[in-house]
Amino acid sequence: MIEQLTKVLRAYKSDDTLQISETTTFTELGLDSLDTVQLLMELEDEFGVTIEVSNAMTDIGALMAVIEAAKK
Amino acid sequence: MIKIIGTGRKLPTRAVPNDELAAMVDTSDDWIVSRTGIKNRYVCTEENLTDLAESAARIAIKNARISMQDIEMIICPTIAGDFSFPSLACCVAERLGVKCPAFDINAACSGFIYGMEIAEAFISKYKNILIVGADMMSRLVDWNDRATCVLFGDGAGACVVTKGNALKYIRSNSAPDAKMLYAKSRAGNSPFSKDGTSGFTAMNGQDVYKFAVLSVAEEIKTALAELKLTASDINHFLLHQANSRIIDGVRTRLKQPPEKFPVNIDKYANTTAATIPILLDEMLEEGKINSGDTLMLVGFGAGMTTGTCVMVWE
Repeated sequence: MIEQLTKVLRAYKSDDTLQISETTTFTELGLDSLDTVQLLMELEDEFGVTIEVSNAMTDIGALMAVIEAAKK
Repeated sequence: MIKIIGTGRKLPTRAVPNDELAAMVDTSDDWIVSRTGIKNRYVCTEENLTDLAESAARIAIKNARISMQDIEMIICPTIAGDFSFPSLACCVAERLGVKCPAFDINAACSGFIYGMEIAEAFISKYKNILIVGADMMSRLVDWNDRATCVLFGDGAGACVVTKGNALKYIRSNSAPDAKMLYAKSRAGNSPFSKDGTSGFTAMNGQDVYKFAVLSVAEEIKTALAELKLTASDINHFLLHQANSRIIDGVRTRLKQPPEKFPVNIDKYANTTAATIPILLDEMLEEGKINSGDTLMLVGFGAGMTTGTCVMVWE
């Protein structure tokens, strides 16, 4: 999943060299609250799931867990 | 079917730039601009909403080259007029000296498009219909709440519609959710009511953003499919001016260039039911809309409501 997330984030940030790990925070990626929603919407398209906006997520690890839960 | 034959707008005289708000609440010009695109708003001081609506209406009627007495119906899309009753539309009618059916509608920021659809339904009976989108959010926001007070401004935008072939598509819609974006009505002093609370504007910004981007993009696609058009066939997308990033989000989904999505939120902030007619009037004044141009107007707001229309400008 980290590869797919990297692909979406690289496109969103227009940065082909962007690297992320589970501990990378949204703040480190320069994502504010609306960026986070925009990113979630793009991930919904990418993974074919519905992700609740109200999930309190601050890093990639938490995001991966939410996507995994939404897939079930 | 209908066409628009005159438009007008009126903003209060008092400008409030972001820096002035930064001195009042914990915010900054950078924060507001980066998250909303807003640099300034106008708020009422001496004026009230009837004043703004009347002025916008007079300009629209003048631009329509009709007389006051040619107006046969007045519709005011508004969240809240100067009075709970009578309606803002009746206050405007009184100022204009017009006696005709006059009423308000509340579809929040989608109200102008809802008003257009109502006008479309009534046009066979009433020759010229005045629609005045007007709101005074400065009295509905908590000026201590940095999350909402920076977003709104006061204003009015008007248009006169008559029979014509400009309107090609119109659809009002809702996805009801009363908790995403709301302002509770003024509490009375009923000794019988257990709910005596009032409230300022409250919202879940992230949910509103998601609703707006997804629903507006979907409504646009629905309209295009109905008309057998593509996004490339639309010359101007006039979206409700709530947040420039919502507009960017929709535009990105449609893969269209920025110049097709005019923005004036930097100057006026979100004037709710007034944003679309204000933007339309401004573009006409600046000569940016030509005869034969295809326009798509899309409102979205509390409710949650949407309203979409397509016009080929006459």
